[in-house]
Amino acid sequence: MKTHVVPLVGGLIAVGLMVELLRRRQLKEKYAVLWFVVGAAMLVLAIWPGLLDMTARALSIKSGPNLLLFVAALVLIVVCVHLSWEVSRLEDRSRALAEEVGLLRLELDRRPPPARLSSASQRP
Amino acid sequence: MTDVPDDRVLVVIPALNEQETVGDVIKQVGVILPDAHIVVVDDGSTDRTRDVARAAGADVISLPFNLGVGGALRAGFRYAVRYGYSVAVQVDGDGQHDPAEIPALLAALDDADLVIGTRFAGSGDYAVRGARKLAMRMLAHSLSRRTSAPLSDTTSGFRAFSRPTIETFARDYAAEYLGDTVEAIVIAAKAGLRVTQVPVAMRPRQAGEPKQGPLKSALYLGRVILALAMSRLRR
Repeated sequence: MKTHVVPLVGGLIAVGLMVELLRRRQLKEKYAVLWFVVGAAMLVLAIWPGLLDMTARALSIKSGPNLLLFVAALVLIVVCVHLSWEVSRLEDRSRALAEEVGLLRLELDRRPPPARLSSASQRP
Repeated sequence: MTDVPDDRVLVVIPALNEQETVGDVIKQVGVILPDAHIVVVDDGSTDRTRDVARAAGADVISLPFNLGVGGALRAGFRYAVRYGYSVAVQVDGDGQHDPAEIPALLAALDDADLVIGTRFAGSGDYAVRGARKLAMRMLAHSLSRRTSAPLSDTTSGFRAFSRPTIETFARDYAAEYLGDTVEAIVIAAKAGLRVTQVPVAMRPRQAGEPKQGPLKSALYLGRVILALAMSRLRR
């Protein structure tokens, strides 16, 4: 069995990075799972390059690299769209929070000064 | 004037870096509607807008960062809902809108839920040309059809809102570019609210640069088309 060193190292780095980020709690599980799958796929292909051509033939795609590029582009597009969606959702939430902060600040402005100060001014 | 009691009227003034003008606007509104409450929504200004507005006697909602007119207005609507105002009026902080016209907007609320103070309907002089004019025509045409009311100046920020409109907008108000005016009309129409317009005279800005220039006008046209297409998709 012939093993390609470059993809193997790449796959190992990818999986290692995910494990490290997860371990430090820098990455939410839902994103980590995705990249784990990608990293694992890279590892499998590095160890067993023949799988790529076999899969391509099964899907009646002419060459393995074509299949690889197609799948890679597809995955990246889906990931980008998903991230845009997440960012839009976060922006909506931060906007609602900002509005609420403004309203609460106004409410604080209207409050009488703290009790300590007002009782100090009422001397017996 | 109208059968709307003044004390339930909330005047919302969205302001971004308008320390030169916002104080005068507040004072003029106070003269026209002595019993109305005035709330300035400071949309993340970096100048003394907040201090000037408070000194002039208005309540100030200070947003922690800039949200755009849409965000500022929704904060105003949420304020109106929370404190039970029956009517709200939006007046720009740059002095373009003459507070003397507010009673005319309020009077029109008797038969409508969203009243738009309009620059082109005969009163006052306000001229636009070229791509900007085309953009405004397109907006007017498209939104008139959807609201089945003749609207000529859909991007005017001088408006009055009934309680049902306030409640609708407090829940759902677009933050995107043009969303505060164009999308808002679509939202109102979808919610079954009656939209109408009232001719008002506009004054020249008291400070700051007007948005002009052919390139900007073309860009504006493009964004108008995009905004219309988006609102069509969301129907």
